[in-house]
Amino acid sequence: MTGPAILLLLLGLGLISWIFGRAKANRFITTGSKNLNSLPNYHGWYTALWAIVPALIFVAIWSSVSPALVTDSVLSNPAAAELTDNGFQRGAILSEARAIANNPGQKAFNPEAEQLAPLYAQAQSYYDIVGTLAVILLCFAGAAYAFIRIRPDFRARKRVEQVVMIVLLMASLIAIIATIGIVASLIFESARFFGMISPIDFFFGTEWNPKNTSVAGDGEDFGAIPLFWGTIFIGAIIAMAIAIPFGLMSAVYLTQYARPNVRKWMKPILEVLAGVPTVVYGYFAALTVAPALRDFAAAIGISNATSESALAAGLVMGVMIIPFVSSMADDSIAAVPSSMRDGSLAMGATKSETIKKVLIPAALPGVVGGVLLAVSRAIGETMIVVMAAGLAANLTANPFASVTTVTTQIVQLLTGDSDFNSPKVLAAFALGLTLFVVTLLLNLVALHIVKRYREAYE
Amino acid sequence: MNTETTNIASSNKMTTRNVDVFYGEKQAINGVSIDIDMENVTAFIGPSGCGKSTFLRTMNRMNDTIPSCRVTGEITLDGEDIYAPSMDVVQLRARVGMVFQKPNPFPKSIYDNIAYGPRIHGLASGKDELDQIVEKSLQRAGLWNEVKDRLNESGTALSGGQQQRLCIARAIAVDPEVILMDEPCSALDPIATAKIEELIHELRGKYAIVIVTHNMQQAARVSQRTAFFHLGTMVEYGDTSEMFTNPQEERTRDYITGRYG
Repeated sequence: MTGPAILLLLLGLGLISWIFGRAKANRFITTGSKNLNSLPNYHGWYTALWAIVPALIFVAIWSSVSPALVTDSVLSNPAAAELTDNGFQRGAILSEARAIANNPGQKAFNPEAEQLAPLYAQAQSYYDIVGTLAVILLCFAGAAYAFIRIRPDFRARKRVEQVVMIVLLMASLIAIIATIGIVASLIFESARFFGMISPIDFFFGTEWNPKNTSVAGDGEDFGAIPLFWGTIFIGAIIAMAIAIPFGLMSAVYLTQYARPNVRKWMKPILEVLAGVPTVVYGYFAALTVAPALRDFAAAIGISNATSESALAAGLVMGVMIIPFVSSMADDSIAAVPSSMRDGSLAMGATKSETIKKVLIPAALPGVVGGVLLAVSRAIGETMIVVMAAGLAANLTANPFASVTTVTTQIVQLLTGDSDFNSPKVLAAFALGLTLFVVTLLLNLVALHIVKRYREAYE
Repeated sequence: MNTETTNIASSNKMTTRNVDVFYGEKQAINGVSIDIDMENVTAFIGPSGCGKSTFLRTMNRMNDTIPSCRVTGEITLDGEDIYAPSMDVVQLRARVGMVFQKPNPFPKSIYDNIAYGPRIHGLASGKDELDQIVEKSLQRAGLWNEVKDRLNESGTALSGGQQQRLCIARAIAVDPEVILMDEPCSALDPIATAKIEELIHELRGKYAIVIVTHNMQQAARVSQRTAFFHLGTMVEYGDTSEMFTNPQEERTRDYITGRYG
């Protein structure tokens, strides 16, 4: 039986167990014995869970064990005894035999495979029947066990609650396990990279010139300083020069000046801006802003202006980050107790004096935390810089020049023909790890600041 | 304005005539007329929700910060209508200061808290003059000896009673004519309360003082004139001693004897 069929069968059996369990519990009410500990529904669920869960666990284990069992039984057959000892060739023949068994009529490349195919089909159907029988048996056994345990004083409700808790726990563990897996793979591949290229050359070198070769030290340079500089220049300097003032001012307007009906439509628009896919910003940067800036630079007499510039990417990224900074600053300003504002206004301060001298200083830690979170977003941003910042690893402070960033280079290193043993491809993992660590630290610091600030006013 | 009220205005710092306050559709204050003079401390008493704080806030237009709030009737300061279009609300609040229920020092140093008002109004021409204003204000608020060695520490690090005296000193620093106090002791312990009450005695005569309190003993201790509010109207207004010994209105008598409130 195939996987979906087994799942359907289990669901059906589960439904039947639910009905039976519930019916049995219901009978206790109608016969007038003492009250049930749990509602009949819970008894139904308890029975259904016992029918399905052990069987599902068995299916999961069986599906990973049975292919090996099938292969073993084929190999133990005398017809397979004269197979070659060459591991690679042997594996190829076996997998071909399996493909033919699953898909009869296919032409074989190795004649041996054709001989083995019927053996495979036989073994497979044998283990298939064994597995299906075991699943059904487990299902019935589980349901029967649960069914027998149903008594008026049986705490089915508590058991079902425990299962719910376990399911929720697993759901939350998945994200954590995935994070650990990602970090582990980054560390593993980065370790391989640093085995070929010295970390000192990587972190302090100023020449970035990876080549498509699997031999290390073949005129390649992996100095990542120009990349780090480009990332900081675009994400932390140009973008923030736009996002901080405009975000802060829009937050001040929205919290202090905007009338409720203006705020009602302006805030959602700002938030929509935060939901625009970054690739759309990328188009805007590459097709509109960058050429305009190049023409502008040419007009004011900057000769080496290119159509891919740090300024174009940084400006558009800054605009993208504005809603983010604005909403963080909005929250921080709104969290300053209104008694501060009243105190200042009652002294005869104007609205802007109150904002400048009382509200913003009081909200500053929250704003700083928000800005740090924005920086960590900006330096991890990929699409805008891929489309607008360019690929040349220049170490320059000229905003009209083309620079490249960590994320752009990761995309560049991993697209196209990739040989996962070459330092060029592995460098992407080292860059990714660096980016991950930096943004993680930024987030930790920012959240710490924001949290301490929240406590100060609570 | 007729001649009679003009005559009274010469000794009255603030007058209100038929003041109504609305929050949206709901009327919170109904036809309150009262005179505030320089010599006496005026107390507003009444049960919670009777509108005494709302009325106090109309006297320096702090209710402007509530969008749905609307005031009709006339409130004057030195005979000048404070709700007139020509009135600058910033100037008004510099002349009519306010101390709030909960101490609200700014998260700045003690010095900067006091210097805040003089700085925004340009009252001091130099550092020395500012130092003098700060010292004088703190002395008047009876806080100088306690904080003179730590003027650079944060105002929020002081105790609750000290914070409230800091807020009074902050209000004094811009040299107002009227000080409105909105239940200034309700967040303080008895010792700190006693210090504030003593301070109110000392400030009497230098500033016209209005204090809102839910504590009748406090009203009896600190004020010379008392107004009793109930359900948005002013029931009775007169000398404090008269009010507490021989109230004219039955509702006042019931409240003072603890029948309700």
